[in-house]
Amino acid sequence: MKYIDEFRDGAPAQRIATQIGAETADTGRSYNLMEFCGGHTHAISRYGIGDLLPPAVRMIHGPGCPVCVLPIGRVDLAIRLALDRGVILCTYGDCLRVPASNQLSLLKAKAHGGDVRMIYSPADALKIAAENPSREVVFFAIGFETTTPPTALVIKEAARQGLKNFSVLCNHVLTPAAITNILESPEVRQLGTLPLDGFIGPAHVSTIIGSQPYEYFAEEYRKPVVIAGFEPLDVMQAILMLVRQLNEGRAEVENEFSRAVTREGNQKAQALVSEVFELRRSFEWRGLGEVPYSALRIREAYAAFDAEVRYALQTQSVADNKACECGAILRGVKHPRDCKVFGTVCTPENPIGSCMVSSEGACAAYYSYGRFKDIAVVGAPSTATATVTAQP
Amino acid sequence: MCLALPVRVVELVGDSDAIVDLGGIRKQISLALLDGVVPGDYVILHVGYALSRLDPEEAARTLALFAGLDSAATERTT
Repeated sequence: MKYIDEFRDGAPAQRIATQIGAETADTGRSYNLMEFCGGHTHAISRYGIGDLLPPAVRMIHGPGCPVCVLPIGRVDLAIRLALDRGVILCTYGDCLRVPASNQLSLLKAKAHGGDVRMIYSPADALKIAAENPSREVVFFAIGFETTTPPTALVIKEAARQGLKNFSVLCNHVLTPAAITNILESPEVRQLGTLPLDGFIGPAHVSTIIGSQPYEYFAEEYRKPVVIAGFEPLDVMQAILMLVRQLNEGRAEVENEFSRAVTREGNQKAQALVSEVFELRRSFEWRGLGEVPYSALRIREAYAAFDAEVRYALQTQSVADNKACECGAILRGVKHPRDCKVFGTVCTPENPIGSCMVSSEGACAAYYSYGRFKDIAVVGAPSTATATVTAQP
Repeated sequence: MCLALPVRVVELVGDSDAIVDLGGIRKQISLALLDGVVPGDYVILHVGYALSRLDPEEAARTLALFAGLDSAATERTT
């Protein structure tokens, strides 16, 4: 497919890898790069990009996976709406298997009789509401800036149509706030246990917000940022651009994904989002805890479509499973292989932690594409060798 | 979650919708977040909405970058 296949070609990948190897060879330094987005984490695992990089370049997975950072308390709210209030609960497929309290998930709530429906687009939720005037329909909305404008559009459309049975449980979160939280974390600032030299910036988030918001991180924290597409060659090229910035002592925002991202972003979408949503003073993230001004809520003008207002919902903070390391993994402090339950109790079929749910989660990506890579190859028993050599 | 794909706009439908083509699959999507899209344009599609227009010239430049043409060009000028 045009604009996809060309960005997955193996030959240029080898060339860029050779270039990265050459430009990191004699510098005597390491390159600790965080890919913020789950989309990048997935590409790095799926296409084996880690294997093409020299040991000096270390990729650290960031918290940019909305399913992974969604705290248990918010999923509990959706489950209770489906089971106790009898609403039709619509949400994206990624959310259905996120583990919540009492060993429930939205999928298990459906098995318990809840009317939980998977949708492709928020417009589908609106359609379901129009088709079921006697039922209450709640859209459980999650996502970063990429996914927020469509939610804003359906809220406006619901207002235009005067729908009385439709509301949105809003969990939309903001990328720059999460990057700030990581840069201000004790592991980065005081303890130095998480060396962080630069960021691969979001692809599709940036189509909306533009490259401008990252300039603060380059200027204030002296961390280079390269916005990159989600295809493997985009990621390789971004790593090379970050290596060059670090070698030259630069800390700038560069845009590898210039085919879809401008400095200003999509201003029509931004205006729409600020018309419908406002900042929350604070929001809980799985792994990061309470992060100030890191999420959006629905403005009072659209309160009729705010499920939190309509059902007087109060979010309870619920601790993660004690054995689960998702929190530390989301902060970049630990790797999935450091987790005791990884691949044993916790698998994509039966996730304990949220990072195992979405294919973009660090654990799911490592489980699907990398978990055997780090296991030493053991030779076959000598009898087998003898049999093989005895044959003519 | 932020998965989005480049798709080709085949025809405009009504005020703000379009039929797009993605490797032979045709689907109706919304162009409500973009202005001035015409058939033949490529747009980045996410949950049924076009988020941005894909710039073919910038795509060609990025592909040239992958092919190492940027360093060749730099060497020639220096």
